[in-house]
Amino acid sequence: MPDSDDVNPPEHARVEPSERLDLVGVGEWKRVSPKYVLVEIVGTILFGVVVCGGASVLWLLLEQTWALWVGLAVLLMTIINLVFEPRRVRSIGYLLREDDLLFRRGILFQRFVAVPYGRMQLIDITRGPVARWLGLADLKFVTAAATAGVSIPGLAEADAESLRDRLVELAEIRRAGL
Amino acid sequence: MSEPAVPAPLAAPRTDLTDGQWHRLHPATPLLRGGIFMVAVLGFVIANLRERLIDLFLGEENYGGDPIDEIYQRGGTGWALLIIAGVLLVIIVAFYLSWRMHTFRINGEVVEVRSGLVFRSNRKARLDRVQGVNLARPLIPRLFGAARLDIAVAGQDGNVQLAYLGSKLADDLRRDILHLASGLRQSRAADAAPSLTVPAVLGGDAAPTLIGPPTAHSALGDFAAARYNEFVAPERGPDAAPPESVVRIPPGRLIGSVVLSGFTVFLLLAGIGLIVSVIAGSSGWVLVAVLPGLIGSVGYYFSRITKQLRFTIAGTADGVRVGFGLLSTSSQTLPPGRIHAIKVSQPILWRRFGWWQININTAGHAGGASAGNPTSTVLLPVGTLADVEKVLELALPGFTTDTHGALVENGMLGGRKADSGVADFYSNAPSRAVWLRPFSWWRTGWAVSGNVALIRRGVLSRDLILVPLARMQGVSVRQGPIKRLLRLASADLLAVAGPVTASLSVIDVDEALVLFQWMSTGAVSSALADTSHRWSRADEAPKPAADQYGETE
Repeated sequence: MPDSDDVNPPEHARVEPSERLDLVGVGEWKRVSPKYVLVEIVGTILFGVVVCGGASVLWLLLEQTWALWVGLAVLLMTIINLVFEPRRVRSIGYLLREDDLLFRRGILFQRFVAVPYGRMQLIDITRGPVARWLGLADLKFVTAAATAGVSIPGLAEADAESLRDRLVELAEIRRAGL
Repeated sequence: MSEPAVPAPLAAPRTDLTDGQWHRLHPATPLLRGGIFMVAVLGFVIANLRERLIDLFLGEENYGGDPIDEIYQRGGTGWALLIIAGVLLVIIVAFYLSWRMHTFRINGEVVEVRSGLVFRSNRKARLDRVQGVNLARPLIPRLFGAARLDIAVAGQDGNVQLAYLGSKLADDLRRDILHLASGLRQSRAADAAPSLTVPAVLGGDAAPTLIGPPTAHSALGDFAAARYNEFVAPERGPDAAPPESVVRIPPGRLIGSVVLSGFTVFLLLAGIGLIVSVIAGSSGWVLVAVLPGLIGSVGYYFSRITKQLRFTIAGTADGVRVGFGLLSTSSQTLPPGRIHAIKVSQPILWRRFGWWQININTAGHAGGASAGNPTSTVLLPVGTLADVEKVLELALPGFTTDTHGALVENGMLGGRKADSGVADFYSNAPSRAVWLRPFSWWRTGWAVSGNVALIRRGVLSRDLILVPLARMQGVSVRQGPIKRLLRLASADLLAVAGPVTASLSVIDVDEALVLFQWMSTGAVSSALADTSHRWSRADEAPKPAADQYGETE
């Protein structure tokens, strides 16, 4: 893969060198609860603490010098992640169109998904410990597809349940086979 | 069996098994399901324990003569016979009970199987959710004229298995099940005969070929002749013409295709490595470690070839029928609209010969993927361009115009550079994609036509992927930082699990959004127009009560 420095894109690419993938004219994206940032932050910090703790044990008690570098790298990554967390959560959005559910997430690695309501097999609502404390829930729209379809995190519990009922209702009207 | 071109005015079901009553399987079922091996193992153990047994019963050590003689001389004949009879009786009773508890029933909506002596199990499959029906004849049951019917519904391990049935009966039952599933109403005899399907005798008839009322031809000669006919032509029933296969694969081509595979390359590399290591002076242990593997690979080739020999594919009124196998045969019926994705591919070793393979994704695996049967996702093991076109006609009915043909051919052979000036039909990746796909960027493209999405990709292994929009589960586009610099993106069409993944790794970012719109609207509209779940329901047929979603599902 070419590094960003030796990329010499053809003319029209150079005009707008960082064209983002964006759907225009689909309507207003619904955002997830801002409180969801806390869930992500707690998860990131926990991961960082566990890995850094393990690395420092290796470094201090077993005198493995390489563990120090691994630990520092993970620490740096954790801090960068924490800085970008609010933006990442803001990038999560969903939209109920007439016949399908749109979902987006990611800033650096963007992803857009469209799933027709009729393809719904089931809807799963899960709550992690931190999310439950904040009154949040994750909603998963499961289809027959091999890869996970749509998973909307960080909805207020009442929103998640009403969204579930709405999606089930929409799916009943437009039910398709497999 | 195949239906005539004009479907007969819905004949009565050929079997009386679809009357909603509980029926039993072929009486030899426990034997065929592994009982034979159990008996063989028992015999082996007894033979090996002979000395011990004699020691135990006769109390004579270092006995060297014939135990039968010894028993006779000691006057123990009666006891010996009694013990043998007792053991046989226990085995027979166990077999009989397990057979008796294993029952199935079929009505207009479900197939249901219950089995088990101590742990009861009960499986039910809705007929309108049938993803495929597979009629398998493993070698030993085939010799005895029995067959296994797998009814696949969606999901992993979602099979209802009727094992074993009489061969002819299984053929007819498959036809009846497919007819019921297709939504056609059958003119069923109002007073179906009461459950006469339980054979009155067990083991009395030497050759119980049918479950139903025993037929007259139980003479041994007839039995042998019937077995021979079934063995030679498993698809040929006495009262129906076999579906004519649209593709003929010469055995030479099949063997060539198996030999020219990635596995052979791996073997050659391993062999070269072995020779080098021996020359380099390493001790013989490498040879000892690797050689059994090399010899074992012969078995791999043999099984691959025998599984795929005598390949047939034909269209019937109830879908595409795919047959495989030389010794153990399987014949799978895929009702219309059960194919979720199709991949036409050509590994680089096959290019010189112009061979192609077709794989499919289906929601259920009637071929029994659990039984290690890789053939259930193969629609064409190896074929020419013309063969591919014929098979695609069967797999995608309605995708047969000249434009579609050109699309398929371009997708298999063409590319952006290859036919400059000639219409290419595909939306190709821009030339800056060369940074990410230095060899295959000019072949990477997509098209939509006739409610089918096509994706063309790959140079080393040329791939063409076809996804019927009515079966697509969703669409996604994504973009990472490097692709953003290049104004590129990637797209995935979500489909059920299988050997085919419909993804397009490089695409212009604006094109990606066009594709996203096309696919998401196309998926909805074609799913609404799709009626293949009850694929040939007659107009006057009342809907079964369970079918609450109606015709347009």
